[in-house]
Amino acid sequence: MAEHNHKDEVTGVDTTGHEWDGIRELDNPLPRWWLWIFYACVAWSVVYMIFMPALPAPPGFEGFTRGLTGNSERVNVAQQMADLQASRSANFERLQNADFQAIESDPELFRFAIAAGRSAFGDNCATCHGSGGGGAVGYPNLNDDIWLWGGTFEDIRYTLHVGIRSDHPDTRFSQMPAYGRDQLLSQSEIRDVTQYVLQLSDQSFDAAAAGRGAEIFAMQCASCHMEDGTGDQAQGAPNLTDRDWLYGGSAAQIEATIHRGPYGVMPSWEGRLSEPMITALATYVYSLGGGQEDGGDEMGAGGQ
Amino acid sequence: MVQILPKAAAPGIEQHDAEAVNDAANRKLYKKREPIYPKLVHGKFRLAKWVFMILALGAYYFIPFLRWDRGGGAPDQAVLVDFEGRRFYFFWIEIWPQEIYFVTGLLILGALAMFLVTALFGRVWCGYACPQTVWTDLFIAVERLFEGDRNARIKLDRAKWSFDKAWRKAGKHAVWLLIAGATGGAWILYFHDAFDVLSHFFTGGSPISAYLFFGILTFTTYTLAGTMREQVCTYMCPWPRIQAAMIDNDALSVTYRWDRGEPRGPHKKNDSWEGRGDCIDCKACVVACPMGIDIRNGSQLECINCALCIDACDDIMKKVGRPTGLIAYDTDINVEKRQAGEKPGFRFVRPRTIVYAVTLALVAAVMLVALGSRSTMDLNVLRDRNPNYVTLSDGSVRNSYTVKIINKTHEPHQYRITVEGDPALHAWLLGQEDGDLVVTVEPDRTTDFRLFAALPQDAIDRASEPLLFRVEDLVSGEVQVTRSVLQTGYDR
Ligand code: SF4
Ligand code: SF4
Repeated sequence: MAEHNHKDEVTGVDTTGHEWDGIRELDNPLPRWWLWIFYACVAWSVVYMIFMPALPAPPGFEGFTRGLTGNSERVNVAQQMADLQASRSANFERLQNADFQAIESDPELFRFAIAAGRSAFGDNCATCHGSGGGGAVGYPNLNDDIWLWGGTFEDIRYTLHVGIRSDHPDTRFSQMPAYGRDQLLSQSEIRDVTQYVLQLSDQSFDAAAAGRGAEIFAMQCASCHMEDGTGDQAQGAPNLTDRDWLYGGSAAQIEATIHRGPYGVMPSWEGRLSEPMITALATYVYSLGGGQEDGGDEMGAGGQ
Repeated sequence: MVQILPKAAAPGIEQHDAEAVNDAANRKLYKKREPIYPKLVHGKFRLAKWVFMILALGAYYFIPFLRWDRGGGAPDQAVLVDFEGRRFYFFWIEIWPQEIYFVTGLLILGALAMFLVTALFGRVWCGYACPQTVWTDLFIAVERLFEGDRNARIKLDRAKWSFDKAWRKAGKHAVWLLIAGATGGAWILYFHDAFDVLSHFFTGGSPISAYLFFGILTFTTYTLAGTMREQVCTYMCPWPRIQAAMIDNDALSVTYRWDRGEPRGPHKKNDSWEGRGDCIDCKACVVACPMGIDIRNGSQLECINCALCIDACDDIMKKVGRPTGLIAYDTDINVEKRQAGEKPGFRFVRPRTIVYAVTLALVAAVMLVALGSRSTMDLNVLRDRNPNYVTLSDGSVRNSYTVKIINKTHEPHQYRITVEGDPALHAWLLGQEDGDLVVTVEPDRTTDFRLFAALPQDAIDRASEPLLFRVEDLVSGEVQVTRSVLQTGYDR
């Protein structure tokens, strides 16, 4: 510790007495403008404490000083949310019970529905279907033109309402037996059916095994997947002749699927999301590119 | 009553009892500011400053009221910074937020112009054009109007309070406040419709930000030009320091030609001018200086190069019958050359000024070209990356795109979108599968369109197909083009 009142030889200014490795701090006065701003800040903080919530309550008391304005960011946020909701309510009201025609013919409403649907999709659906609805093994891709339960706007909206194998009383439901696990078919029979399914979908297959598999297919599978394997949307039975496979299209994957009988579940959104929000979601999913027009015309087929 | 006659520097010329109070040597930490009482001068520089002040203030107050018809629902104010509508209007130019680089370019131009002017003529910005200088000059003029010129003001400040002193002081501050208020008032006119603001301002119907900025600018104008004056330039402003770096030995600055002036001293009638300098030490230059310095001490940071001391001294020189220009725009080098008997000269063309001028011309040219080729429409294509591509049931592969079209005009325009690439490519818009891809964008709007493009399986032979998006404005015929790709997932 250097002695106070040491005078710096070069500047002739007193030092504060602080010294670090021979570096001394000069005791220059603070600039006056700086002092004034400092005083103003002190005054401002007092005013602030009077008007705004500022201090925690003393020990033994709950809460904090509320200030004369009683400002609360919690209340403000709630208010802002309410305002936002109010500003959107007109559009949401129009979405209630709207059919696709009505939505599509109004560009502003259409955009609104897609934007609202996109955000609801991100919050609720993206966990399984992926953030752009691209799907994953076991979770359908919502962008393509392949729909298990139908791809018209009304189909999509209905699926959102009731879910698939959900706890909704009207849920879309079907169940493929677990042929292997429940020993409905032997290991070799499953292998034969697999070869036949490979044949159906234009992949390389073992002709002899596929021939045996065809008979089993006709007995066991055709009731849902149809004789020609093109599936049935009414039962959620996938088309086995196309290139899309929910659980994988290799021999091993098909075999495993037949063995365990998949049981994919999608929750019902009725009651969890508001009616207009479900409509918005359906609009968004429809607009991803795979939506199908009411007469079966496919929007997503690329017009080929 | 006994009158003490002022000391004379020459017959009929008062020697002012003035001190350069703002001279660096006279400034001490925590010393109270010593008021400066600049004396009115007459001369060509004073006249130039008056003219410039009238033009600058006139432009500042008048421009917001200029109208410019843009049609549509666009504001008709010629110069308007519209924060709510997110536009900057400048006569025929309209700048969108994403074109803020035009403003950047303008600032760069301004900076380069300042560099060039400073390298050539020194601190002309400080002396003539800086708002601090202009408004301070105006405030001093008002002060003079109420309290008289230098000597009267000194006397008034020293006098006891009386009715006369009170009304003069009150009147001065009232007019200052009025000018300050008008300054803040005009400022907000640049941000909202001027006539609208005027009709609502006094009834409390303007936006809160208008009152806030009115308050801030009124306060700063009043304090900076009324009470702080030279302290702003001496202590607060970074520009004198920056300008000091721009100035070299050849840059002009207000210079006391000591080679001619020294040795200084009072001059008596019939005395010879032989063997002495032309400076009669009358200190007319000191009392004229709004910065409170003595130019005869050489060029100083405090000097804003306002040239008022030139006018003051020229006046004296005429009276004593010596050539004018004892104080003049000159360089120290020239003074030394004259002292050494060499020929003085000015070097305006120097590497530094050439570089500044060329850069300035280049930036200006780039700006002009950019402004000239500025389109009334913009195109942006974003490809969906999630999912990257979609394989359809027939094996074709589809990508999705967001096509953003900006219509900068004030009428709705139709645009035709075409996607060029593989001949087998098929492109369509959401909700519009067949025919021409024609869309409408409302005036002054950006609109997104969802576009799909698909390639049949047998046409796919690489992982990424290049695409060219063309959008043609069906009204103006303008075409914008941008590249994108179609990802196919092909990996054989
Ligand atoms: S430089 Fe000119 S104005 Fe200044 S004291 Fe000398 S004669 Fe007077
Ligand atoms: S010294 Fe002369 S040029 Fe510099 S500020 Fe004073 S009057 Fe102006």
